[in-house]
Amino acid sequence: MTLRATHELHERRKGRNIGVAALLVGFAAILFGLSVVKVSEHGPIQRFDHVVRPELVPAPTPAETEN
Amino acid sequence: MSDTSFHNASPARVRDPELRDYFDLLKPRVMSLVVFTALVGLLVAPVDVHPFVIFSSILFIAIGAGASGALNMWWDADIDEVMRRTSRRPVPAGRVGAGEALGLGLGLSLLSVMMLALSANMAAAAWLAFTIFFYAVIYSMWLKRSTPQNIVIGGAAGAFPPMIGWVVATGSVSLEAVLMFALIFMWTPPHFWALALFMKDDYSKAGVPMLTVTHGHAVTRTHIWWYTVALATLAVGMAFSTIGGPIYLATALVLNGMFLKGAWAIWRRTTPEAEADNFSVEKRFFRLSLLYLFLHFGALLADATLARLGLWGGWL
Repeated sequence: MTLRATHELHERRKGRNIGVAALLVGFAAILFGLSVVKVSEHGPIQRFDHVVRPELVPAPTPAETEN
Repeated sequence: MSDTSFHNASPARVRDPELRDYFDLLKPRVMSLVVFTALVGLLVAPVDVHPFVIFSSILFIAIGAGASGALNMWWDADIDEVMRRTSRRPVPAGRVGAGEALGLGLGLSLLSVMMLALSANMAAAAWLAFTIFFYAVIYSMWLKRSTPQNIVIGGAAGAFPPMIGWVVATGSVSLEAVLMFALIFMWTPPHFWALALFMKDDYSKAGVPMLTVTHGHAVTRTHIWWYTVALATLAVGMAFSTIGGPIYLATALVLNGMFLKGAWAIWRRTTPEAEADNFSVEKRFFRLSLLYLFLHFGALLADATLARLGLWGGWL
């Protein structure tokens, strides 16, 4: 028996496939959203970039301030 | 020739499963209770959590609960088939194969625990994993078929969600989380025993050693009363913890008064009396028990909202 493109089997499974696709898209969206939230929770990320930036230098201790 | 003959489906399979059938495996009604109690547990914690983290964490707790429901349906398919209340579930009704329920349950368990670890923290994920294990293995595979105390100890599985919600926010378990756990834990036995009183044939036919089957109705009625007394003491006492407040206190006083009255009525009557009015008192008590839990957690949320708005600052 040949399954034609319009076979009833395809119609029945169409809804299921669309549902699975929607779940996968939703899951990807959640992963993306979580990544954005987790990264931005810690504020802007900065590292050494060949020039000295004062905001990256540790604050002096009280003893150092006195001297 | 039907298309189902192409597959090596189990003989009980009546048709190709739809997405809805897989969703039904997750016990949506239980999931809604899990979502609500876990959300309250998270929101009453004194820690601000990003709304997206709240959304995703609650979603993965719900998926974890659903996964344990699917594992339960895989294991209990033989019991579900016999009981009128559960005979239309996807596996006994032949809509989904038992192996598919097992696969879905295991897959979603792994996914939900991993994702909760990423979304919230490792402690919350560990509690979720333990909850799934407790419900699927300790309750479904062991206690349910072996002891009339099945509901008492197994009720712990349903009591974990608010605790997990709290751990999502704070990272650890504290007294408040234990109190919310205890509230559901103590509520479960009277809730299920009331159901068992008017579903008596179901459990005995399935060979499940519910208290009503092993010890009879009179003992079950006594148990309902004393568990309700303990529950009421705990529920009202919770009002004076840091998560309690005026709204919760008023709610607890009214609802526990009604609950005690219902439990007393159940205790004081006999089975012939109950059969004469088609278990109306027991059915009313069961319906009240659903409202009881919903309103207690709703009141906790209301007091937490008052505190956040600065309208309530605690008892001291």
